[in-house]
Amino acid sequence: MAELRTETMTVNMGPQHPSTHGVLRLVLELDGEVVQSASPTIGYLHTGIEKTAEQKKWQQVIPLVERMDYLGAQSNSLAYALCVEKLLGLEMPQRVRDIRVLIAELQRLGSHLIWLGTHSLELGAVSMLFYALRERELLLNINELLAGFRFFPSYIRIGGLREDLPRGFHEAVNAFLDRFPRKLDDYEGLLTKNDIFLRRTEGVGVVSQEDALAWGLVGPIARAAGSDYDVRKYFPYTGYDTYDFDVPTATEGDVFARYRVRMREMRESVKICRQAIERIAPSGTWACDDTRVVPPPKDKVYTEMEALIQHFLIYSQGFTVPAGDAYVPVEGPRGEHGTYVVSDGANRPWRVKMRAPSLMAIQALPTLVQGGLIADVVAVIGSSDVVMGDCDR
Amino acid sequence: MVNPDTHDHGLDPELPILTTTVERIVQWARRSAIWPLQFGLACCAIEMMAMAASRYDIARFGAEVFRGSPRQSDLMIVAGRLSRKMAPAMRRVYDQMPEPKWVISMGACASVGGVFDNYAVVQGVDQVVPVDVYVPGCPPRPESLIYGIVQLQQKIARSRA
Amino acid sequence: MDAPAIIDVLSPLVSGTAYEAARSVDFATIYVPPDRLIATCAALRDTPALGFNVLAEMTAADYFPRDPRFEVVYHLLSVPHRIRLRLKVRATEKVAVPTVQGIWPAAGWLEREIWDMFGIVFDGHPDLRRLLMPEDWEGHPQRKDYPVQIRKAVQTYEALEVSEEEFKANLERDRVKRTMH
Repeated sequence: MAELRTETMTVNMGPQHPSTHGVLRLVLELDGEVVQSASPTIGYLHTGIEKTAEQKKWQQVIPLVERMDYLGAQSNSLAYALCVEKLLGLEMPQRVRDIRVLIAELQRLGSHLIWLGTHSLELGAVSMLFYALRERELLLNINELLAGFRFFPSYIRIGGLREDLPRGFHEAVNAFLDRFPRKLDDYEGLLTKNDIFLRRTEGVGVVSQEDALAWGLVGPIARAAGSDYDVRKYFPYTGYDTYDFDVPTATEGDVFARYRVRMREMRESVKICRQAIERIAPSGTWACDDTRVVPPPKDKVYTEMEALIQHFLIYSQGFTVPAGDAYVPVEGPRGEHGTYVVSDGANRPWRVKMRAPSLMAIQALPTLVQGGLIADVVAVIGSSDVVMGDCDR
Repeated sequence: MVNPDTHDHGLDPELPILTTTVERIVQWARRSAIWPLQFGLACCAIEMMAMAASRYDIARFGAEVFRGSPRQSDLMIVAGRLSRKMAPAMRRVYDQMPEPKWVISMGACASVGGVFDNYAVVQGVDQVVPVDVYVPGCPPRPESLIYGIVQLQQKIARSRA
Repeated sequence: MDAPAIIDVLSPLVSGTAYEAARSVDFATIYVPPDRLIATCAALRDTPALGFNVLAEMTAADYFPRDPRFEVVYHLLSVPHRIRLRLKVRATEKVAVPTVQGIWPAAGWLEREIWDMFGIVFDGHPDLRRLLMPEDWEGHPQRKDYPVQIRKAVQTYEALEVSEEEFKANLERDRVKRTMH
């Protein structure tokens, strides 16, 4: 009887694949169904945002930076705006801070909804995608109220916001917040005790707290492994220290724990949104007082000479930022999202670097999937909530 | 019986017979059931998913399922920015699609490079694959994309089989 | 803790090092000479009073006409003590910077990205190849003397990764295997 010769099979989960959340290429070495090793290749969505940002004026970088992590778009622009404001030394009025908190939390809800929909879709619960996108349509309606644009409102600017809140904003947000918690209960009822879901997610992709922190996976992944690191609590920004919310954690560190952490994060976000919307007056200040950075209101531009000159200077040559560098971290939906900005005193940035939590997640992917089945690879990628735009920039 | 004075373009209410050309029937079948390939690259992919979701349902226009494999699809909606590293992979996926196939270039980045005029982004996917319909926007609203698909359906109706 | 305080804790642990505290608007920034980098990072991670267990980010900046041209910037985070620190290492194209992948595994791909974008070599890195650009790309895009817009034809067919002889040998081997049954 001849010896059975076994060898591992190399399979390519190529850049075009329904379950890889974008263009990620994984070369898997398989022994039957068991993954021996996985080597990811990224760079299929590299857009050169950082190099392009060096050619634009400070305010013009905001739309570029929003398109980087396209699900948490306004956390990106918030991180960048906070960083430049730190270099400029600007302090925002309280109303601006509250509105920014509200927008950041609504963005977190939108991103987690897409995560929920696509993660469940890949595990087989197809109808979750439709439910999640249905809720997200309401959030996109709110974005549309703010700026006329569903996805990348560019509402958060350096110096404050773009303009005052529109009429009907409070009603829209309150209607959403009244409706959403019941829907979350429905979705948890569909998934949390579902036997198939549990068997596909429990014990899969386990990572310990020390490993998560050593790999730089700070965010829901580390919080599902026991750490309580959340930038909003450790290094508060835009007035988060005045809000009352908890940071959910879990201890198992597997896919199911990350699911539970993100579902509870959505409820905490709803709590923060309710507190924020009560504090925000329907109309008031929307930017700080610094006239170098914030354009004056249009009626003054047409009547006063000084305002006209200010408007012209801001829009023709832009404002300059004092030389230096700064790094401001922000808790994005994927984890710690930060911007490192270097200025040399000119009217355009010298270097803009965005910290990409998805890059760290994909770098740690081979250790998370090793020894598991192919189906677990899909579950782990989904639970890491990677966005390739964030990873490749 | 057909009354020659009131000729209803071949439609007789009593006889269940429809006359047309084979080409029109074939083109009608092709345009009423275009199945797209999932080729979402970046942000436009999320709007494409929103188009497939329940509010802007694309299934009522015939695009019922988004296939995962290029060998089972007719339409490639290039949604998002094409980087230089991805171009060979995209060409390979396009070559794997069977005829007849169409391409919609969705969004500004796929059509002309969008906001990213730099070393890493291909300035328009028509340098790699032939495009039938360009849909502008950054990202285009789902209604724009549906309009693009309807335009493609009309283009298929006009063209030869 | 600000920069002089951290330097005071570090100096006895890593002897003979000239740390330089830099001015910054957000948190402590220290310039580290490249030959002391690994010892400094190990001390920062392992000393209980400091405990920098997370490498949050690692990047580089090109200050082109100046010499040394590059600055490699490390952003460290200490979760137990809630402090952040920025380390900067001055680098040039010719001199390699030691890798900190042995201390924080997160540095692996971050260093690959810096090599890809800037051309800074990391000494001791097990797998230093391109991360974001195609593997056969020439040039380091984020340097200041690299153009933003280039006019280059799109390459749509990847080069075959086997040589002609290997391809024929593979075909022959498959044919032999099939005819053996």
